Amino acid sequence: MKSVLKTAVAGAAALLVAGAAHAATLDDIKKAGVLKCGINTGLPGFAYTDDKGKWTGFDVAYCRALAAGVLGDPDKVKYVNLTGKNRFPALAAGEIDVLSRNTTWTFKRDVDLGFTFIGVSYYDGQGFIGRKALGIKSAKELDGASVCIQTGTTTELNLADFFRVNKIKYEPVPIETNEEARKAYVAERCDVYTTDASGLAATKTTFAKPSDHMVFPEIISKEPLGPLVRQGDDQWADIARWTLNVLINAEEYGVTAANVDKLAAKATDNPEINRMLGTEGALGAMLGLRKTWAVDVIKAEGNYAEIFERYLGTKTPLGLARGLNALYTNGGILYAPPMR
Amino acid sequence: MTAQPFHRSQGDMLTGRAAPVATVGVIGWLRANLFSSWFSTALTLLALYLLSLIVPALIDWAYVDADFAGDNRFACKSSGACWAWVDQRIDQFLYGRYTADQTWRVDLAVVLLIPALAPLLFEGVPFARQLRWFSLAYPAVATLLLVGGIGLESVPTDRFGGFMLNLTVGLAGIVLSLPVGILLALGRRSRLPVIRVLCIVFIEAVRGVPLITLLFVSNIILPTFLPPDVTLDSLIRVIVMVTAFASAYMAEVIRGGLQAIPRGQYEAAQALGLRYWQTMGLIVLPQALKISIPGIVNTFIGLFKDTTLVIIIAMFDILGIGNAMLAHPDWQGLSTEAYVFIALFFFVACFSMSRYSIHLEKRLDTERRD
Amino acid sequence: MAQNASARLTGRPGWQRLWSDERTRGLIYQLLVVLGLALVVAFIVSNTIANLQRVGLASGFGFLSEQAFFDINQKLIEYSSTSTFGRALIVGMLNTVLVSAMGIVAATGIGFVAGVLRLSPNFLLSRMVGAWVEITRNVPLLLQIIFWWVLLTGLPKVRESLTIGDSVVLNNRGVRLPAPLFEAGFEWVAAALLAGVAAAVFVARWARRRQELSGQSFPVAWTGLVLIAGLPLLVYWIAGAPVAWDVPRPTKFNFVGGFNVTPELVALWIALSTYTGAFISEIVRAGILSVSKGQTEAAGALGLRPGQTMRLVVIPQALRVIIPPLTSQYLNLTKNSSLAIAIGYQDLVSVGGTILNQSGQALEVVGIWMAVYLSLSLLTSMFMNWYNRKIALVER
Repeated sequence: MKSVLKTAVAGAAALLVAGAAHAATLDDIKKAGVLKCGINTGLPGFAYTDDKGKWTGFDVAYCRALAAGVLGDPDKVKYVNLTGKNRFPALAAGEIDVLSRNTTWTFKRDVDLGFTFIGVSYYDGQGFIGRKALGIKSAKELDGASVCIQTGTTTELNLADFFRVNKIKYEPVPIETNEEARKAYVAERCDVYTTDASGLAATKTTFAKPSDHMVFPEIISKEPLGPLVRQGDDQWADIARWTLNVLINAEEYGVTAANVDKLAAKATDNPEINRMLGTEGALGAMLGLRKTWAVDVIKAEGNYAEIFERYLGTKTPLGLARGLNALYTNGGILYAPPMR
Repeated sequence: MTAQPFHRSQGDMLTGRAAPVATVGVIGWLRANLFSSWFSTALTLLALYLLSLIVPALIDWAYVDADFAGDNRFACKSSGACWAWVDQRIDQFLYGRYTADQTWRVDLAVVLLIPALAPLLFEGVPFARQLRWFSLAYPAVATLLLVGGIGLESVPTDRFGGFMLNLTVGLAGIVLSLPVGILLALGRRSRLPVIRVLCIVFIEAVRGVPLITLLFVSNIILPTFLPPDVTLDSLIRVIVMVTAFASAYMAEVIRGGLQAIPRGQYEAAQALGLRYWQTMGLIVLPQALKISIPGIVNTFIGLFKDTTLVIIIAMFDILGIGNAMLAHPDWQGLSTEAYVFIALFFFVACFSMSRYSIHLEKRLDTERRD
Repeated sequence: MAQNASARLTGRPGWQRLWSDERTRGLIYQLLVVLGLALVVAFIVSNTIANLQRVGLASGFGFLSEQAFFDINQKLIEYSSTSTFGRALIVGMLNTVLVSAMGIVAATGIGFVAGVLRLSPNFLLSRMVGAWVEITRNVPLLLQIIFWWVLLTGLPKVRESLTIGDSVVLNNRGVRLPAPLFEAGFEWVAAALLAGVAAAVFVARWARRRQELSGQSFPVAWTGLVLIAGLPLLVYWIAGAPVAWDVPRPTKFNFVGGFNVTPELVALWIALSTYTGAFISEIVRAGILSVSKGQTEAAGALGLRPGQTMRLVVIPQALRVIIPPLTSQYLNLTKNSSLAIAIGYQDLVSVGGTILNQSGQALEVVGIWMAVYLSLSLLTSMFMNWYNRKIALVER
């Protein structure tokens, strides 16, 4: 009886494991005709819905550029909203092809969790915001303060590290969503609120009197945010990586959504542009894509600078300066490898 | 214990007098119900004081001092509630991100729910026999209307949201859990030990864990259980887990109904030569289900309130839509108004259902007595 | 067997004969079910293994001994960010147990009071309680938790704290109470407390025996109170007050010292106990109504006062109807405490969620969640079943 069962189970298992042998991500996407992109449930500037319920934002723009490169159409994206908890399981299980959800690139996530970060789309760092009335100038003076944080993120870990290293005490007030945490800070449930600097800037604009609050000078962590894919499919990781690099290089070479068609029509004087846009060489084919894939990538939402200014820049409510996210030629650290 | 009127001579009847003023009419009622003792009087005064504190303040806040029009929260100038957002956002609260020109399909599905439910819940409905066929077909009709197909533009399920998502998850959960619950209830009373044990383990395990852990399973674990090239729609996954959850409770409700059927019914069926499924399907279940309806409605009320938990796994139900609105700079800080509004939706729905179930319990009670 | 015999008589082929035997048929059904289940399990297990392998994720509970690196604000046992994931989970579990136990006690109290009040002859009172019960029962618990939390964060801010005699501080960061610091000699107070409890139990037993024999009643409640509270107080005074109080004192940002009950805990506690209390009040009401009116009248005829009638005659009989549904309300309350996640009370689910995010061990964390809640449910059921048997009607 037992052995019969065992054989049956083993047989079924073998059958299923054989069926599970996985095809390449790129082929799956081409077959399905749609890119499954994991994004936030709502974060000002990075992923939010417009009045018509369409997803838009900095992280969403990357999804659109990638879909344009792979499928030739930036609208062929299925957005999957993910929380801090289910983003990694969703990627691991193949529910999404790429995760573009302001996720910090860390050793553990890259190595231990089995993902591949394909680059940095936004250099961030964790900071604090507090009321000016507190009369303090630095986060190191926060001994005994209550600190509002969002749970389950690296922010929680950085915070614990910072206070432990500086040997000062604090009361963490961990809250599930950014909105509730913001509410708790406004109600003075906590003295300071901590999150990524980009988030602090966004949050500050929502206060009744933004000038009553100040962001402390300390940035207590490095938060390189970027898209990631599953480990083990190098071709797909390359496509995702070079899509991001195309956006950055396009800014460097002055290729924009407006002029990309003209530049791609015939070879220009700049061989870098020519190789990128496919008028010289065959970079696209090496990725398993069309020759002009990069043209579509740039046409989707423009180059890195255009995307940044549209969703995060000084003309948006967030009003973020480029800072570290400027090109290396402009004093930032954005530096994409050459297209050759 | 009949009192003997021994202190009076026989035949000497007293003429009836009117009851004392203090025991009849308004005064009598007040005395009996509000001021029957010093303690009762104190309680009455305390209750009146509390009412005078709460009710006028509530009316002032919600209506008298409230603002009803404006494009954003800055348009609300008075001290009371700010309801200006209702006008702007009501569609999102009801339909989520459902394709704007297709929302009539949701309305139609809700309207059709009335003829589908009427023959099941009320007696003396005209054309009940024909309508029951419609009830049976309703889940398919509603799915077609909501998702699309056969000439209707398809609407992806990730656009479902708002109150409509609560209704969809709640109704789908209860409809699907009914057959599963019946099977589990029968299994729990089965004479086959393996089946009985499996059913008991399933029912007790599901009833022993919180729904949100099951939702996390649907959201985080279920994909790991499936082959990599199979992905289930996230709404379907939630409905699967909600069904599993509700069916365990449903099984217990139906088991109660089954236990109320006298043994004679089973024995009579056997004596007629009916087999197990015939006995159950023709004799026992129709009776058991009928007396289980109040319990089923109560299970539905519980499940319906629990549908707000889908917010925890990143779905935009009415509470999620409310939170999304509160994240918008134009409407920040109006959480009290939003939560009161949402609470009102659930209160109206759940309260009327619970009244119905109480009414039904009373009716069944009298039916069984005569 | 009779069927089998008749089948043999009509000379059907063997397999049909087997099929018409009820026992064989049952066996075949069960085999099929077991086989089907085994296939499903095999399907799931093999997929899981394949999926985990594909992303290179190690499974197992080894991660529990890794360092947690995050802080928890309410901890019943020693914990810091250098502790392990396993310890963090225990802290979370204890927080779940704490709020559930507090909730069960309060919900029972609220439920019994509201249930009795609903049956009050006072029209206004019974209607008001009825309205409260209906509103509380018919609004999702998640909303009520958030409602109470928002309400509590509206309490005075830290610099406008309400203080009661310098020892109790109330603000929107919680209630801060003096914490006792035990000094030498306190063991005598503790011993006196134990002795007081033991004496009270003894007196109660003696009084009951005497009442059964002679019908004379004895003021058990008052004696008990004197024994349990008075004896330790006396010893406390004799030993020279061996307890120092750690009272809250203000610092730059917060009060420190004493112990703090956070608004998250209080909000969750109020929401859970009123929500469940509303359900319990309905159960209590039904239980009281199930006791026949003759019992109340007989008690009245014996000269018992209404309060005594309720306590000695009605409630003990109503309890038999009340206990089974009460048990499932207790289980619901414990499970509902998992909604703590919405307002940042760090219970098992909240802490587990953080761990899940740091370690990526989704399968294991969700497994632990379910196992813990299942065990808590089983323990509660076992206790209530024991209590139910204890009070069950002894029929002669």
